[in-house]
Amino acid sequence: MDFFHNHILSVVLFTPLVGSLLALFIPRENENAHRVLGNVFGILGFLVSLPLIWWFNPSTKGFQLIENLDWIPSIGARYTLGIDGISFLLVMLTTLLGAISILSSWSAIQARVKEYYLLFLLLQTGMLGVFMSLDFFLFYVFWEVMLVPMYFLIGVWGSERRLYAAIKFFLYTLAGSVVMLLGILAVYFNYSKLTGGTYTFDIPTLLASVSQSSDAFRTWLFWGFFFAFAIKVPMFPFHTWLPDAHTEAPTAGSVILAGVLLKMGTYGFIRFSLPLMPQGVVARQRIVGVMVALSIISIIYGALVCMMQKDMKKLIAYSSVSHLGFCTLGLFALTPMGLSGSVIQQINHGISTGALFLIVGVLYERRHTRLISEFGGLSTPMPSFAAVYMIITLSSLGMPLLNGFIGEFTILRGVFEVNKTWAAWGVIGIILGAAYLLWLYQRVMFGPVTNPANEHLPDLNLREQATLVPLVLLALWIGVYPKPLFRYLDVPVRQIVERVNPGYYPAERATAPLESAPAGAPGAAPAAVLELDKHPTDSHPSPSPAEKE
Amino acid sequence: MPTEFFLDKVWLIPLFPLAGAALMLLVGKRLQNSAVSAVCVGSVFASFLFSLGAVWQLLQRPAAERVAQKILFEWVPAGLTHTSSGKLVNFVAEWGLLLDPLSAVMILVVTGVGFLIHFYSIGYMAHEGGYYRFFGYMNLFMFSMLTLVLANNMLLMFVGWEGVGLCSYLLIGFYFLRKSAADAGKKAFIVNRVGDAGFLLGIFLSVGALGTIKFTEFAPALAAGHFTVGAPVITAIALLLFVGATGKSAQIPLYVWLPDAMEGPTPVSALIHAATMVTAGVYMVTRHNAMYQLAPLALDVVAVIGALTAIYAASMGLVQNDIKRILAYSTISQLGYMFLACGVGAFAAGIFHLTTHAFFKALLFLGSGSVIHALSGEQDIRKMGALWDKIPTTAKTFLIATLAIAGIPPFAGFFSKDEILGKTFEHSPALWGIGILTAGMTAFYMFRLVNMTFFGASRVPHDVEHHIHESPRTMTVPLMILAALSVVGGWIGWPASLGGSNRFEHFLDPVIARHGAEHVEAAAVHGGAIEYALMLASVLIALAGIWLARLFYIQRTDLPGKLASSFSGLYQLVYRKYYMDEVYDALFVNRAKDLGTTLALFDAKVIDALGVDGTGWLTRFASRLSIWWDTWIVDGLVNLAARMVWLFSYPVRMVQTGLVSSYALLIVFGVLVVLGYYGYLLRTMLR
Repeated sequence: MDFFHNHILSVVLFTPLVGSLLALFIPRENENAHRVLGNVFGILGFLVSLPLIWWFNPSTKGFQLIENLDWIPSIGARYTLGIDGISFLLVMLTTLLGAISILSSWSAIQARVKEYYLLFLLLQTGMLGVFMSLDFFLFYVFWEVMLVPMYFLIGVWGSERRLYAAIKFFLYTLAGSVVMLLGILAVYFNYSKLTGGTYTFDIPTLLASVSQSSDAFRTWLFWGFFFAFAIKVPMFPFHTWLPDAHTEAPTAGSVILAGVLLKMGTYGFIRFSLPLMPQGVVARQRIVGVMVALSIISIIYGALVCMMQKDMKKLIAYSSVSHLGFCTLGLFALTPMGLSGSVIQQINHGISTGALFLIVGVLYERRHTRLISEFGGLSTPMPSFAAVYMIITLSSLGMPLLNGFIGEFTILRGVFEVNKTWAAWGVIGIILGAAYLLWLYQRVMFGPVTNPANEHLPDLNLREQATLVPLVLLALWIGVYPKPLFRYLDVPVRQIVERVNPGYYPAERATAPLESAPAGAPGAAPAAVLELDKHPTDSHPSPSPAEKE
Repeated sequence: MPTEFFLDKVWLIPLFPLAGAALMLLVGKRLQNSAVSAVCVGSVFASFLFSLGAVWQLLQRPAAERVAQKILFEWVPAGLTHTSSGKLVNFVAEWGLLLDPLSAVMILVVTGVGFLIHFYSIGYMAHEGGYYRFFGYMNLFMFSMLTLVLANNMLLMFVGWEGVGLCSYLLIGFYFLRKSAADAGKKAFIVNRVGDAGFLLGIFLSVGALGTIKFTEFAPALAAGHFTVGAPVITAIALLLFVGATGKSAQIPLYVWLPDAMEGPTPVSALIHAATMVTAGVYMVTRHNAMYQLAPLALDVVAVIGALTAIYAASMGLVQNDIKRILAYSTISQLGYMFLACGVGAFAAGIFHLTTHAFFKALLFLGSGSVIHALSGEQDIRKMGALWDKIPTTAKTFLIATLAIAGIPPFAGFFSKDEILGKTFEHSPALWGIGILTAGMTAFYMFRLVNMTFFGASRVPHDVEHHIHESPRTMTVPLMILAALSVVGGWIGWPASLGGSNRFEHFLDPVIARHGAEHVEAAAVHGGAIEYALMLASVLIALAGIWLARLFYIQRTDLPGKLASSFSGLYQLVYRKYYMDEVYDALFVNRAKDLGTTLALFDAKVIDALGVDGTGWLTRFASRLSIWWDTWIVDGLVNLAARMVWLFSYPVRMVQTGLVSSYALLIVFGVLVVLGYYGYLLRTMLR
């Protein structure tokens, strides 16, 4: 038990890999054995991550559950793992969605079953590694490791244009990560120059070392890392690989791609790009301006393109572009609400869009088509499916009491605080979101059954219910009681904002009430909004950037 | 039982229907219809009883202390945020319920009328498929509506606000096999989303300006912020919120969804699109009256939009032939009155009209449902007529409701409409003119409806005529109760000028008069001759409308056709609803679709073709270039060197013939040369 506690992150990280290695020893003819093995390790991967909920302390600053071992001493690379509130949530999302997507593949994958589960488990380890690594070298290894299985998942088990999509995905991501590698090396050598020959890849150390560098250097670094993450998110204009990859990937691949892989981009922005941002207000504002513009374009552009899609998967892929636009918009507001809303929205997007891809998968398995025009009137033969799909649609379009609303509201308030126009653009994105999602639902589910092929489609089976119901419950839970999420984000978000938006918190006074006020029992803070700073004499100049009336 | 049991348990009021909805949507399919109606009607009845209890206990308190708050938990503790004045506040939206006189009125209306409509639906929906689904959605609606009116902060109100919109969407599209129904539901949702965008921005701005979204803290925050009358930021909040109200309450320019919403089952139209949900905008404006009273500009906008909507919708009501659509336009028009009231600062009058309107408009819709029921689904009033004797209960109750909406004393609508018109006259005689004209039009189109449906000659097709029957008791009893309320409901606001004391307005005073006390006082002092004259004018114009309707649709039934053909352009314009749907499609819907297509093309032709494929082409070009370089330069040099060697080796190669005899000859020749050389050497040494 002690060992387990001390090495919990390693256990979570390598459980899928163990499954992947075990698969090597089972003959390929034994397909069901591979399916069982994949599922066992998928679920096991989720189960071993559950103790994190108790062992992770949301009120501790910095990284926790750290593991730190020598790896390649000659270059200073170490095996360092650790998580904070942000990576905690993303790790949990990854293990859950991993288990669900593996379960969803049971009957969908009929060819090369052994390789499929083997690669999927490998992918799990790669993704978890990205969220846990505190060493740049290790991080980069995982970042690249995860690329390979995904390439094969799309290229081998995809549909008609899978090779085109797989290569596009691979080249795009690789191009971005190579530029990031240069960035990493720049920070690495910069550090050794500062310290006179000490080499380390330790992420917190390296990011801290940048604080002494010039703004010009930091600006260069920012744009170096930018490409890797912007491609991954993806932001306009680097988004066109996504619709292709999503459309061609098998269902489980799409779920993981949307649910987790895209979050690596936003995670990268949070973990690396924000701390690297230059200190000077002008230089920072220039970056913020570009990032916000790209985010808003992504929101509106993605939503508009959604409307005219004929392919369900492509539509949902473009909706991801729009939703992720909200996430990046929130990040670059550089306010606590923008940041925590962004992380929550990343989780929400994993849940809602993951579920939407599962839903398309359900239809694809029955009809082997994704064209919207092939469907219509499915509410009649598939009532339970209709109910689940409706709830997920509502969650995705931001209906209150479901998860999406919490994220969107928090982001937009955080953005509004900085610039009212930006928030107004975001709100337009919400309107468009309702339009394309409801229209899609109407065309697929409502009306009479016009296509005889749809007349006797079976409703959700037990396995499909098992994949969808947990996501529906999560969506409801986050919508009704999001407090635990906010609690995990409080501390890390505060640390980031203190670093990138100095002066946001008015000196020392704010620290004391923060700890006592919101963490208390419900009702302890009777006011809807608790005033922390009641000193009318405080003439602190408007501290947030670009505060406009 | 503790002394304030019901006030303490106020959270149960929305919870009963929520439980009913959850039960229906989870296991409803397996339940008998009788069990479904027992659960869902029972849950609303329980809410009604608890509302009665809570309001009764609220009334026990002295007027100044009639505020009961119940906070259940912290819902969105979103963290720190800056207000526009640079103050750092901790944003927490609670799940908290607020019962004060304003929400008290609302929960009584919502649960009372809601219960009657649920009860009516037992009979109306008895033969429809998806019985459990219908009642599940209806109960979900009750939960959302009660959350909306009981919320103690803007964000929770927004939850209810969106929730009622969702249920409206689901219930409009209840007959989802019909494309028109599904389209109408979607239209309602999306148009409402436009309004909601305004509401959302209003919330953001309130956080920024006041640092709070809690209703009870508005007044202190406004005072602490030293906001004076006309403060721009408060005006902005008020206007943004009003954008939300125009969506939910179907005002210009976002009214277009409500007529189409009549695709839903009739009880839905009665509950959602007449009595409760569409009035949410009026409630919301009244709830934020503290801000509106500081924003005269916003109030003017509210008043003008309200008045314009009232007359504009009434004009469309004049010529429609679908019984429910006429009622829908009438609802839009009456909602316009309510906003007119709010806009002139008479918030209590707006809520008063909201209440009486809930009675008589619910009755009108339920009555129309009974008519439709009797005529086997017919909705076109041109195919009705002479139904008075055949469905007497429906006919009599319908007539009572029509008298109420036409503003004939002593029916309920007279008092509320008259109070609005009176307050409007003090504010602006021009707006009053629009209001009174609308009153005449209302009387006209409502009696047109009554005359064409119940009187005159029967135009009912023969096959339908055999089936005409009065509705079952489950449907007529609610009609009778609502008819009674449509008569006496207005007496609670009996004006002082007619010897009453307007208890309704005084009950609402603590919520509304707080900031505009002097305003209300001024209004009360007013009175006397002008007030009587105004009353007389509105009664007279209503009577004129009734007379005209009688002339057109009973005595000289040829007149309407003649008028329509002599003013055919105008008639078509109004009949086609001023082509607003077409205009919106052309301006927004189709433009958005075009833009979507263009951007998708941009992705395919520019980003992918030029960017991605272009990069690919460049890469291939570069690779060809390096192949060329390799072939001609790098390899070329090597080859050149080789060629040189080859060239220089040419003479050497000449001797390499491969013939043994020539090699032998060469060997002999060589030996001779060597021997000769040695001979030469020998000769010189010996010499």
